Amino acid sequence: MAESSTTTKIRRKEDASLLSGRGRYADDLPVPVGTLYAHVVRSPHAHADIVRIDARRALAHDGVWAVLTGEDVRKLSDPFLAAVKTPVQQWSLAVERVRYVGEPAALVVAESRYVAEDAAELVEIEYAPLPAVIDPVAACAKSAPLLHPQAGTNEVSVREFRYGDTAAAFARADRRIAMTTTFPRLSFTPIECYVVVARHNAAGGSYDVTANFQGPFSMHPVMARALRVKGPKLRLRIPPDSGGSFGIKLSVFPYIVLMALAARVTGRPVKWVEDRIEHLVAASSGPNRVTQIEAALTNDGCVLALRLDQLEDYGAFLRAPMPGPLYRMQGAVTGAYDIAHVDVINRVVLTNKMPASLIRGFGGPQLYLALERLMQRIAVELDLDPLEVIRRNLIAGEKFPYRAAAGALYDSGDYARAVEIATGDGRLDELKRRRAAARAQGRRYGIGFAAIVEPAMSNMGYLSTLMSKEAREKAGPKSGAVSMATVNIDPLGAVTVTADVTVQGQSHETVLAQIVAKALGLRPDDVEVVLEMDTAKDQWSIAAGTYSSRFASGTAVAAHMAAVQMREKLKAIAAKQLNVLPADVELSGGKIRSRSNPDNALPFGRVAATSHWSPGLLPESMAPALSETAAWTPQELEPPSRDDRINTSLTYGFVFDMCGVEIDPVSYQVRVDRYVSMHDAGRILNVTIAGGQIRGSFAQGVAAALYEEFAYNEEGAFLTGTFADYLVPTVSEIPEVEILHYESPSPLTPLGAKGLAEGNCMSTPACIANAIADALGVADVTLPATPRRIHALLERAGATGKR
Amino acid sequence: MRAVKGDQKTRIALTLNGRKLAAEAEPRLLLSDFLRHGLGATGTHVGCEHGVCGACTVLIDGVAVRSCLTLAVQAEGREVRTVESLAAPDGALNPLQAAFRDHHALQCGFCTPGILMSFTDFLARNPQPSEAQIREVLSGHLCRCTGYANIVEAIKEVASSSHAPRSEG
Ligand code: FES
Ligand code: FES
Repeated sequence: MAESSTTTKIRRKEDASLLSGRGRYADDLPVPVGTLYAHVVRSPHAHADIVRIDARRALAHDGVWAVLTGEDVRKLSDPFLAAVKTPVQQWSLAVERVRYVGEPAALVVAESRYVAEDAAELVEIEYAPLPAVIDPVAACAKSAPLLHPQAGTNEVSVREFRYGDTAAAFARADRRIAMTTTFPRLSFTPIECYVVVARHNAAGGSYDVTANFQGPFSMHPVMARALRVKGPKLRLRIPPDSGGSFGIKLSVFPYIVLMALAARVTGRPVKWVEDRIEHLVAASSGPNRVTQIEAALTNDGCVLALRLDQLEDYGAFLRAPMPGPLYRMQGAVTGAYDIAHVDVINRVVLTNKMPASLIRGFGGPQLYLALERLMQRIAVELDLDPLEVIRRNLIAGEKFPYRAAAGALYDSGDYARAVEIATGDGRLDELKRRRAAARAQGRRYGIGFAAIVEPAMSNMGYLSTLMSKEAREKAGPKSGAVSMATVNIDPLGAVTVTADVTVQGQSHETVLAQIVAKALGLRPDDVEVVLEMDTAKDQWSIAAGTYSSRFASGTAVAAHMAAVQMREKLKAIAAKQLNVLPADVELSGGKIRSRSNPDNALPFGRVAATSHWSPGLLPESMAPALSETAAWTPQELEPPSRDDRINTSLTYGFVFDMCGVEIDPVSYQVRVDRYVSMHDAGRILNVTIAGGQIRGSFAQGVAAALYEEFAYNEEGAFLTGTFADYLVPTVSEIPEVEILHYESPSPLTPLGAKGLAEGNCMSTPACIANAIADALGVADVTLPATPRRIHALLERAGATGKR
Repeated sequence: MRAVKGDQKTRIALTLNGRKLAAEAEPRLLLSDFLRHGLGATGTHVGCEHGVCGACTVLIDGVAVRSCLTLAVQAEGREVRTVESLAAPDGALNPLQAAFRDHHALQCGFCTPGILMSFTDFLARNPQPSEAQIREVLSGHLCRCTGYANIVEAIKEVASSSHAPRSEG
């Protein structure tokens, strides 16, 4: 099955501009004359009633145009629609109550950013503090302070799922092993913060907003509804360049609505650029999760069944499309293992923290920390080799395509073979040798493994799994995920591509040019790719945007399909001009020619321009070949079944990681000594870009394992408000990683490619945690494993000295 | 430096990438804001405004500084150089830029201008640095996309070839 990739290294189309300071990021774009600037006044309290807001002094300040409060927002807009129906209401500014430190409480609009910031200090807000609850488990207690009293509980969604006969499997098991894991709260903080520029046209009743929003565009109707306009009255434009997203830039949407309202109130365009302090305290974070997991086992380490209780903490509000991370892995909850029976309880809790949303890997890191820590624990308790426990439970190669217990259809793979390659060539022996040598000298060294399934291209129906089947039937089925791309021909036959993705650094321009050029017999340099988006003029569906690794299995396929549609039309046009049958025509080397007589050829541009200049020459009944759009929606993305099985994603890659870590005896710092990461992402579209995505995701996985955490104290004060407190790893903190590929092309996509940009965000935290557990001989490893935590672990074990 | 009043706009003149330019600015205006919004040189980026991320790095009289920690008035009369100066007028990339492209050392490109300017200064003073020195300078920059490995490779290539970029106004 393994095939080496045929793609060669190519230069990125994006780079020359970005390297020359000619990028066009949101804050670089010109704004209309007369644009005003906004500054958000934020809550200093984790939980408080707003008693009174007095904006008179701020309004009297020179250059101030308006101060908006929750009352204005309530008058001018509707609450945001949410995926989970609860009595909770949320708006773009706090109404009556604040529920987290940093929550927007008022908006000052002034002639410049500096003036708006000055005036913000003059806005007087009187708060009556309320008790706050930060810990997700505590928030579920009956006595806990309620964030939204009208909901009657902080635990706003609970659903139980049974797949197979878990109870019977537990009854016949030799052993049971259980553990609890907690995944921390963190973000991947793109270096570019949020930017919004909003305009309102009172005459037309329409809004026109530019923002570095990343999608999914299922949020567009949410924003339009909040603004009380029909979709076409909210024109949303996404700039051609973006300074990173990683899921975070979904959550700019409340600010899009807020600035649109400010534009309406002032009658002027309004621009807002978030600063880093605001970003850290309030932009977005991944949800933290407490997982109780238990396995039913045979004595030789075969997992017969699993039980999971997943409590996910979304902070103060459950914003659409949450609780995505809790359900994104639902169909694949058994990971890379052949486990027929699994029971799952999914619980959503609200606490006094900033609202959580998607961040790269969403749902995967939380699930795999529990599952992979459990596999390591099983090995320890049964006195087996941890790699052997993994191997024994992996889905066998001959079982693909494999239907997982909870409904995921794993399209292809040979996990055992991938593991064999990764551990081979002396790699595992070397790790073991290093561990033995370190331990012989009394140093603490451990080896960790993680084997995970990496889903890509989410089924838009997966979130409806959280509704009961009766509610689903009432609401109508939700499923699928449409990807769209368009190939255009200009009057001289030049080719342009547009597509339904937002740019954020993943080299989409380069890969789309490569795919379309290949289908049309051109060079990638011959194809222009234009990816800024405009909801008023571009083709898009609710699935549009860049998230859930949908590019390789989705938009790339749509681009290929559009290019093939164009190719087939051009063949028919050329056949007439070359006097041959269409089946005898091929596109190659910038020419369109007869296959049997290659000298009978025309330049690509000449044929391609026919539809502009002489549509009369087209074959009969053919529509002009000027623009071909393809919409791709794979049929495998079905709605949830009546028994709640759901194929949550289209493709499922495989990642196997192993690493060696050493604990510094003096600083208690965890040092990653060796790291090997094996990826099976189907066919690799571009090996250089794949490597870049994997390294970036690996760095974020290391960050989650060892450094980054949004910390709150018990009262809800936010403790990591600058880059001095919130530790983004620098080059000194990121270890080397050896990347290996094994290619099992997906049978479900014409290109055979799967997503690969999130895998290490999912696997690396678990792999490092397992290595730490091995190094210290402990069961509980809390991430991020900071020196303080490692020290505490050793103290508890009475082993702060050398062992 | 001349004395200025805190609340009055003043005219600030400097040389940006070899061209004399001037614009009005309040004394408290950051150099990063002045370059981007006063002089229209948006190639310099702002990622934190508190001196940690390095995205805003520019050269003043050939020395790398964080423009978010510098006031525009401090650059009065001086030579400021930004990422826009690196490529040739016909768009051809200089060796450092080309190495970044060839090693896929950027993804979103937002951190890149600051890194390029830091190393323009550093390599001018240390044309043949060790990898450890490269890493030390790079550790003054945050990149969220690349995991840094390809950036190190790109700089190593420039450092080992003979044509390290020269630092000039
Ligand atoms: S913006 Fe200046 S160091 Fe981050
Ligand atoms: S390339 Fe995106 S932050 Fe460095």
